[in-house]
Amino acid sequence: MLHIVNKSPTERNSLDSCLAHAKKGSKVLLIEDAVYAATKGGAAEAKVKSAMADVTIYALQPDLAARGMADRVIEGVNLVDYGGFVDLVAEQANCQSWL
Amino acid sequence: MSDEMDMEEGGTVKKFMFVNRKAPYGTIYALESLEVVLISAAFEQDVSLAFLDDGVYQLMKNINTEGIEMKSFSKTYRALEGYDIEKLYVERESMEMRGITEDDLVVDVQVVSAAEMADLMNQQDVVLSF
Amino acid sequence: MKFGILVNEGPYQHQASDSAYLFAKAAIAKGHEVFRVFFYHDGVNNASRLTVPPADDRHIVNRWSALAQEHNIDMVVCIAAAQRRGMMDDNEAKRQGKDASNIAPAFRISGLGQLVEAGIQCDRLVTFGD
Repeated sequence: MLHIVNKSPTERNSLDSCLAHAKKGSKVLLIEDAVYAATKGGAAEAKVKSAMADVTIYALQPDLAARGMADRVIEGVNLVDYGGFVDLVAEQANCQSWL
Repeated sequence: MSDEMDMEEGGTVKKFMFVNRKAPYGTIYALESLEVVLISAAFEQDVSLAFLDDGVYQLMKNINTEGIEMKSFSKTYRALEGYDIEKLYVERESMEMRGITEDDLVVDVQVVSAAEMADLMNQQDVVLSF
Repeated sequence: MKFGILVNEGPYQHQASDSAYLFAKAAIAKGHEVFRVFFYHDGVNNASRLTVPPADDRHIVNRWSALAQEHNIDMVVCIAAAQRRGMMDDNEAKRQGKDASNIAPAFRISGLGQLVEAGIQCDRLVTFGD
């Protein structure tokens, strides 16, 4: 499953809830304000790094750039553009948005 | 109108899950997601409803909306059974965190753990979030 | 692959409509089909013919319209959500005794069944919301 999270981890519990339900081997894509979770020094850094043991984390690069955070992405987070976003949706059997 | 009546999809049955994570009345998502659920009954799909995080609050008994002058939709959860929508999954951890129990709920549900909920979600063809 | 897209929020207030549009554009660029974009909740406001955003910023309604017209995308606005929020086409305005309509031509008003049908007919349905 592709899990798509769009809200900041310090605004809403959506990322927490997503990670509590993303099964091992699934993919998590951070878009919009959720990209803050992919940043070094961010509140979710430890949580995201630890989640990487079980799930693959992606972040939408245009959303990082739009927020001035493109220079501090946590190592191991995979950056994608909208084309990559489409590919992720297509290759996973199903998807869920954590709003 | 006619596109509502045309349900000949070649018999495709997909697993649809409606995910409810928001409290009722503070926003419209709970009500309007229920409206989709009711329509989905006409399409004879394999429908389930998931209630987790603040979504568990949607099912509370004793809802009285007179003071806020909004129409209550609490009864609609009880009507789902009549539409053959019987798979209502409520997450245990979400209830516990909010100090509510099955006895607080207005309808019979299946209480599942987060891990079980994760499995259920993974099995779906279509997951709708509101 | 055939994609369906659900847009739950109105233009400008949330990024949902923007993200959905850029996703749709990328999907088409990759050779996929975007079968239907369904606008629900405040998402119905993406269909307003009357928006006048600042000239130096993106025109959300117009670019959805252009994409739909160029690639034959079915852009559906939920009738129930539209009625609540005052989005009307000419037929609806007449039916409801209203003195104006406001839907842009690339959009059509229809029932929630169209969302369920998109779920059934598409290979993937992606939700963009708040």
